[in-house]
Amino acid sequence: MIIRGDEPEQVRLIKKLYKPGNYFMQGNEAVAYGAIFAGCRFYAGYPITPSSEIAETMARELPKLGGYYLQMEDEIGSIAAMVGASWTGFKVMTATAGPGFSLMQENLGYAVMTETPLVLVDVQRSGPSTGQATKGAQGDFFQARWGTHGDHPIVAVSPTSGQDAFWETIRAFNIAEKLRTPVVVLFDGVLAHTREQIRIPDVEEVEIAYRKLPANEEEARLPFGDPHGDGVPPMPLFGHGYFTHVTGSTHKENGLRDVYTPEVHDRLVRRIHRKIEQNRDVYEKYEEHFADDAEILVVSWGVTARPALGAVLKAREEGIKAGLFVPKTVHPFPGERMKQLGKKVRAVLVAEMNLGQMILEVQRFVNDDVLLKGVNKIGGVPLTVEEILREIRGVA
Amino acid sequence: MAKEIYSKYPLIKYLRKEALPTALCPGCGGGTVLNAFANAVDGLKIDPKDLVVVSGIGCSAWIASPYFLADTLHTTHGRAIAFATGVKVGLPDKKVVVISGDGDLASIGGNHLLHAARRNIDITVILVNNMIYGMTGGQVAPTTPFGAKTTTSPYRNIEHPLNISETVAAAGASYVARWTTAHVYQLIESIKKALQVKGFSLVEVVSQCPVQFGRRNRMKEPAEMLRWFLKNSVPVSKAKKMKPEELEGKFVIGEFVNRERPEFVTELNKLIDEVQEHFGLKGE
Ligand SMILES: Cc1ncc(C[n+]2csc(CCOP(=O)(O)OP(=O)(O)O)c2C)c(N)n1
Ligand code: SF4
Repeated sequence: MIIRGDEPEQVRLIKKLYKPGNYFMQGNEAVAYGAIFAGCRFYAGYPITPSSEIAETMARELPKLGGYYLQMEDEIGSIAAMVGASWTGFKVMTATAGPGFSLMQENLGYAVMTETPLVLVDVQRSGPSTGQATKGAQGDFFQARWGTHGDHPIVAVSPTSGQDAFWETIRAFNIAEKLRTPVVVLFDGVLAHTREQIRIPDVEEVEIAYRKLPANEEEARLPFGDPHGDGVPPMPLFGHGYFTHVTGSTHKENGLRDVYTPEVHDRLVRRIHRKIEQNRDVYEKYEEHFADDAEILVVSWGVTARPALGAVLKAREEGIKAGLFVPKTVHPFPGERMKQLGKKVRAVLVAEMNLGQMILEVQRFVNDDVLLKGVNKIGGVPLTVEEILREIRGVA
Repeated sequence: MAKEIYSKYPLIKYLRKEALPTALCPGCGGGTVLNAFANAVDGLKIDPKDLVVVSGIGCSAWIASPYFLADTLHTTHGRAIAFATGVKVGLPDKKVVVISGDGDLASIGGNHLLHAARRNIDITVILVNNMIYGMTGGQVAPTTPFGAKTTTSPYRNIEHPLNISETVAAAGASYVARWTTAHVYQLIESIKKALQVKGFSLVEVVSQCPVQFGRRNRMKEPAEMLRWFLKNSVPVSKAKKMKPEELEGKFVIGEFVNRERPEFVTELNKLIDEVQEHFGLKGE
């Protein structure tokens, strides 16, 4: 059984269940509905604040669509079950927060190595450790990038509002399917629990992608080959009689383990990197506001991008030439665009709810003669327009 | 040479030839387990296209993945059952089998083992209990007998071994049996039963690791280990009448449970049906 999400029966069910229009809902619910519209019909998870409403929404809605909600015994089991289900053809998702994200890291690496599409939503909360368990934060920027071991690429997207969360979750699924890779959604506890107006579109307005399947027996026999030159192997699903072997160990194009030949490891891991590098158009996304003529550029992401926009608008009213750059796909970082913008500005302020993480990525792309400064706040309360504006004025 | 031996083996059609010869040490019980599994599949005339075999990490994890010619998923250490859970939900009509070691399934993966048994998901687990961590060089395992020597219990093991079969039976599995590699025919029959049971089934195989366990416990030869198993095996029925002191160091063999209980994926699908019915969502 394979449910893609775009079969007539699924479209009929979605149309019947979710009338297009404006709803008042939480960011977490928006993530869940995004997943449903993207075709996710398998969710495995373990409850953790501030992500639990995603699981609750999926548990309530998925059975209506013929989909599966599994509450596993822990986060390790959750991502493991997702990988298993993905190899049977399901689009799969889980949601968690910092501690659960830490537990998922080993199998996130497994998903990278076995090129298994899945979506992992990390509703960032305050840490380290249990920290302020119920409060939002943006402290997992690098956990998403470097949490698992070895040389690996990763794609992570980060929504800036509840509405955005709906669409970014769909985009995360599409990237995962197109590139046969896990995708992390870096959400946060503030937006997750903020209720606001969210428009649910007609299902026909949603473009949904599906993984490439083998075109013939030959392609099916090379589950880790590159027959199309785009670095993305077609995925021979389990249960179709292909006798596919999948392992997290270094493997050849046919899937069989070879951990002794240096070239085999080199070829595999470089291809997995190349697949991400050469398909930038599939995932690269950023937003700009007044960036073209800005002298002071605010760079921000996720929840903080909203007060950052407020601050930039206010600064403009005061005659300060401020602009805003918001990476929506945060990994791989939109470095080329950052470099271009960095050449034109006098100062760059990086606003985030942590002690300075994305700023390290920004730093790689701006010259030394640009004043680079972090606008940081921790403690579970988001940065305000005033706080960011004050910093803009300070460098104006 | 190896190729010639394999070509005379009647069940070779079930093996992934390009992955042979296996990486198992000569005399390892893993070969017996693979043979028993292939025999059970052959005996039941299961089409390998209807099988998905999942394993974790360890020597025993290699027994069927990659060597068995089916869809095979070689996962992370300890997590095979959780991966298999996702596979079973996606492919409820296929037989999903987990073959892995005692360290993998009962130590690091103990939590998944218990919860899969509790859910009673229709997965067959063949747990190879060689009482040691073979692959990592013979360290103490949660199944190592009290008093045995290993590289990390060089003086003697002071921890009590976990009784895996009893634990899994108590957790709610539909079928649980234990044999040793010296009870090949009973083992094949149990694997057959386990594959046919609708629910969670566990076949624990006490197996010899002459290289890492035997060598350090005065049983260098595989045959010595098999004789040790035979001499100390006690059928479940007899064990019930014995005192705990008398059972110290014995291998209780046979069927622990064989019962019907609602199965997880069936229940999931029933629930979906009910929900769709309730909300009037059934297609015309
Ligand atoms: C997370 C993690 N921890 C530790 C290891 C190292 N490791 C590999 S195999 C193994 C033990 C396997 O023992 P068992 O399952 O009993 O299999 P055997 O080799 O004895 O057949 C360990 C600890 C690992 N691969 N992953
Ligand atoms: S180390 Fe032990 S368990 Fe591993 S293959 Fe050798 S004999 Fe078998």
